[in-house]
Amino acid sequence: MAVLVYADHDGVNVKDSTNKAVSAALAISSDVHVLVAGSVAPAKSAASIDGVSKVLVAKSDALSKDIAEAVEALVTPLMANYDAVLFVAGAAGKNAAPRIAAKLDVAIISDIIEVTGPKSFVRPIYAGNALESVESSDGKLIITVRTTAFKAEGNGGAASIEEIVAPNATHSATFVSEAMVKSDRPELQGAKRVVSGGRALGSEEEFNAVIVPLADRLGAAVGASRAAVDAGYAPNDYQVGQTGKVVAPELYVAVGISGAIQHLAGMKDSKTIVAINKDPDAPIFQIADFGLVADYKTAVPEFQNSL
Amino acid sequence: MKILVPVKRVIDYNVKVRVKADQTGVDLANVKMSMNPFCEIAVEEAVRLVEKGVATEVVVVSIGVTQAQETIRTALAMGADRGILLTSDQDLEPLNIAKLLKAVIAEEKPDMVLMGKQAIDGDNNATGQMLAALLDWPQATFASEINIDGGKAKVTREVDGGLQTLEVALPAIVTVDLRLNEPRFASLPNIMKAKKKPIDIKDAASMGVEVKNHLNVTKVTEPPKREAGIKVESAAELAAKLKEAGVI
Ligand SMILES: Cc1cc2nc3c(=O)[nH]c(=O)nc-3n(C[C@H](O)[C@H](O)[C@H](O)COP(=O)(O)OP(=O)(O)OC[C@H]3O[C@@H](n4cnc5c(N)ncnc54)[C@H](O)[C@@H]3O)c2cc1C
Repeated sequence: MAVLVYADHDGVNVKDSTNKAVSAALAISSDVHVLVAGSVAPAKSAASIDGVSKVLVAKSDALSKDIAEAVEALVTPLMANYDAVLFVAGAAGKNAAPRIAAKLDVAIISDIIEVTGPKSFVRPIYAGNALESVESSDGKLIITVRTTAFKAEGNGGAASIEEIVAPNATHSATFVSEAMVKSDRPELQGAKRVVSGGRALGSEEEFNAVIVPLADRLGAAVGASRAAVDAGYAPNDYQVGQTGKVVAPELYVAVGISGAIQHLAGMKDSKTIVAINKDPDAPIFQIADFGLVADYKTAVPEFQNSL
Repeated sequence: MKILVPVKRVIDYNVKVRVKADQTGVDLANVKMSMNPFCEIAVEEAVRLVEKGVATEVVVVSIGVTQAQETIRTALAMGADRGILLTSDQDLEPLNIAKLLKAVIAEEKPDMVLMGKQAIDGDNNATGQMLAALLDWPQATFASEINIDGGKAKVTREVDGGLQTLEVALPAIVTVDLRLNEPRFASLPNIMKAKKKPIDIKDAASMGVEVKNHLNVTKVTEPPKREAGIKVESAAELAAKLKEAGVI
């Protein structure tokens, strides 16, 4: 039977993470459909993903705000036609997928990094310090995908698009407001380069004066450690780690970050890791390809000038 | 208003986890165990709601080995009123925990369940959402701010891209994120007081819930090791090396 991918999109186009989730789905079945929920516009880009045979699109305001009950009401009945549904393991997917699994009385298979068989998967546990191989005995698989572990499918396809009706229910959770971080820089997840700052920066002003220009110079997204976010130097959305975002860019530059396990969990699969830290024993150096023991105050401007 | 807070006993977050040589799991022998940090934040928030006069009672529940009593005692020392322990030696999946919690909720009838967004062992981030589905309650996950007023909770959530605020009608499930609060350290007098607070201990099997694992763990392995690279002497050398390696 077919498998369904719940598209991650920005209201206009599907994100690259959807192309990656499709790649995970294709490892389970050759018949992959994509569900675009919320707005209609991203359906076109979803239909172009290689390997996708059909796109379903359901318009609704509650869905565009990722209200879990609305997603559950849409996807649960659809599962009569599918063996599996895959969500991108971001905030929206993690919010909705377990709800659907519970409704269907099946397990949630979270954060998969590898498909090893039609019902077998590998997933990190303990902040990525161990990898668990699991085999499901359920008839329906509800999965979230750690997209950094999968390659993105191309955009040479032309699948058919079918509009479906989102269940018109009233939910006991309602949207009030949102405060989204606006930025012209690349998005953290999916960025080719990331520059992250830690507690060492000491203030929001310093973070913006040091980390942001370096990121701009490199065309990189900006990230941060939990300590930097907790202290208000950077927005919550920038947190990289076990409980923040997981990134795997070509280049990750960690400035004034010690390298706690919880931070490493979010970036240790980056291709090249650079660490700038004044403490030669900082754990970040144990995984850095290029380490510079120096005060960031002089090192970062110097580095920027040498680029 | 009564708040139920589920808490989990896990390997302390500072401990370096070791995978067992026979690939059956991670080594739990002689390892420091603590309350899951996210559960601590949930307990703290519940206690603060009592201190603010919004809530009247905090009941903590843990499901697991008998030593999970210590985890419950920690919560009681932080200010929770009483505890429930459902004993089980099995490694239970989130769905089973959610079903057992549903049975506890049928008895306790709380107005809100406050719980951690994820446990740092399985890293699933699922139990709260599953419980909400089983109860058909609204959910507000990843909370960084909670305001309760007139039978409703206004919850600010940490989502990709920023913050979202939802309003949920009570009863509801709220799962908490790191920035909701900073949990207190229990004072010595409160630790002493907690020893006298009641913990109701019963066998999970007595709850009338069918417990079945859906995922068979075939092996647990170590992730590939990443080797340390080189140290450079200056920022200029760093830039040169990155160019040489074709990274920039
Ligand atoms: C449940 C849980 C979940 C967590 N999740 C995450 C997560 O998702 N992401 C995350 O990042 N953390 C997470 N943490 C927190 C983590 O344990 C660390 O506390 C945090 O990562 C530390 O941030 P930091 O490296 O910026 O700060 P510190 O550990 O304080 O490191 C600061 C570093 O800056 C260096 N430094 C200071 N001054 C200078 C200077 N002038 N020049 C150069 N270097 C300098 C110091 O040598 C030090 O190494 C979590 C913790 C818990 C308990």
